[in-house]
Amino acid sequence: MQKYSVFSLIKNAFSDHQNWEVAWKDPTPKKEYDVIIIGGGGHGLATAYYLAKEHNITNVAIIEKGWIGGGNVGRNTTIIRSNYMHDDNALFSEFGMDLWRKMSQDLNYNVMFSPRGIINLAHSDAQMNAYSRRGNSMRLNGIDAVLLNREEVQKRIPMADFSDNVRFPIFGGLMQPSAGTARHDAVAWGYARQADSMGVDIIQNCEVTGFDVTNGKIIGVRTSRGDIKAKKVGLCVAGSTNILAEMLNMTLPIETHLLQACVSEPVKPLLDHVVTFGAGHFYCSQSDKGEMVMGGDLDGYNSYSQRGNLPTLQHVLTEGIAMFPFLSKLKMLRTWGGIMDMSMDGSPIIDKTHIDGLYLNCGWCYGGFKATPASGWTFAHTIAQDRVHELNAGYSLNRFNTGDLIDEKGLGTKTWIS
Amino acid sequence: MLYIFCPHCGSRSQNEFAYGGDATVKRPELNKEISDQDWDNFVYLRKSPRGKHLELWHHISGCRQWIKVERDTSTHEIFKTYKADELIE
Repeated sequence: MQKYSVFSLIKNAFSDHQNWEVAWKDPTPKKEYDVIIIGGGGHGLATAYYLAKEHNITNVAIIEKGWIGGGNVGRNTTIIRSNYMHDDNALFSEFGMDLWRKMSQDLNYNVMFSPRGIINLAHSDAQMNAYSRRGNSMRLNGIDAVLLNREEVQKRIPMADFSDNVRFPIFGGLMQPSAGTARHDAVAWGYARQADSMGVDIIQNCEVTGFDVTNGKIIGVRTSRGDIKAKKVGLCVAGSTNILAEMLNMTLPIETHLLQACVSEPVKPLLDHVVTFGAGHFYCSQSDKGEMVMGGDLDGYNSYSQRGNLPTLQHVLTEGIAMFPFLSKLKMLRTWGGIMDMSMDGSPIIDKTHIDGLYLNCGWCYGGFKATPASGWTFAHTIAQDRVHELNAGYSLNRFNTGDLIDEKGLGTKTWIS
Repeated sequence: MLYIFCPHCGSRSQNEFAYGGDATVKRPELNKEISDQDWDNFVYLRKSPRGKHLELWHHISGCRQWIKVERDTSTHEIFKTYKADELIE
């Protein structure tokens, strides 16, 4: 594989950039693989990469019904953080933060990781107390957390509404300075390129239509490009999880919902951090191109449509303007939607299933992007060793029977309001 | 914008409604012995189909009645709406 560096950039400039190697090949599916990963999103690509790199399993295929970078890995708002209170989420995400920090070097691909810090705004004394509790929990798990008062927030984001007569005055906020953003497409492309170079087949435009299960063991998948045998199969399909589960006669604690995001026209740099509104659901950061990247509530009813509806967007942006009044002056550039695998306790599932050789990775709700490296790393471990790693032991499927829920927000099973 | 036909009030915009989730989920009958597994399944498991989905909506800014809506989850087409206690074949 061609190494990307400033020298290869200069060298290729002389040939007008016409001689770059393809980043990954377009193979025809083989008859059989050791492991098939269904879903060529960030998590699937990372899983294949860590299977090859950490476990030396390279006879692997990634089966993707669309194209690499076309699903949620290219539709998220690129936020990376580990500001969780519960141990399972905190330790898992912080392990991921480490992988994020090393990712560009590790993949020889600039993922533009930018640890610019995230600020969760608080709008009441009670919320300040809750954030102080969360911040302390984070620090006990070795994660950086700083409780900011009103003046400290104002210093960092003076463009927020600090006027006197606002409905939700800013009391302060909780900041994780090491949180940030990364270029989401680059994450997908970087993982795909490295996985491909180690022998993984990335098979695009290949939809799974069924599974071959004999005596409780998976033996292969049926696809739009023919039947493929496999010793092990990993499901990594986010919002499409229930569609595949139905083919396996499984019912899961997952509902599929739609989340929208949008970007404004680009403006000069003004927002240094990722900021979230504390009295509703709105978050905002500024991309390197200058666009304000924004998102908020789910559309609020089960949906597989991958495109949003205006009432929700209006609601979300109303909150945005309450937080940052200047947003009302900006024109909207693009809006889009992605479908989320909303789990019943708000936390993911990375586990084995009752079918031998079939592994499940789902339930990321709208927090899947930041989990990409840690999810791939632990899922690869779970598949290769046929047992969960201690980092994903809490993300079991049977926690919904044992009562060991990881209800970070304590919102219950109404996934559409979370 | 979705337009939902409330069987009590007529066609109204989605802004008047609150979503109530899958209407096919049935609470186990009262005063009957059921296994923990059955109870967990009722609380947590959802089919979440792509296509026709029978769901509850609450006409919260209208007549405040709960209704059932048969809607396609990929096209958002609404086929039929029912009163909450209406029998559905």
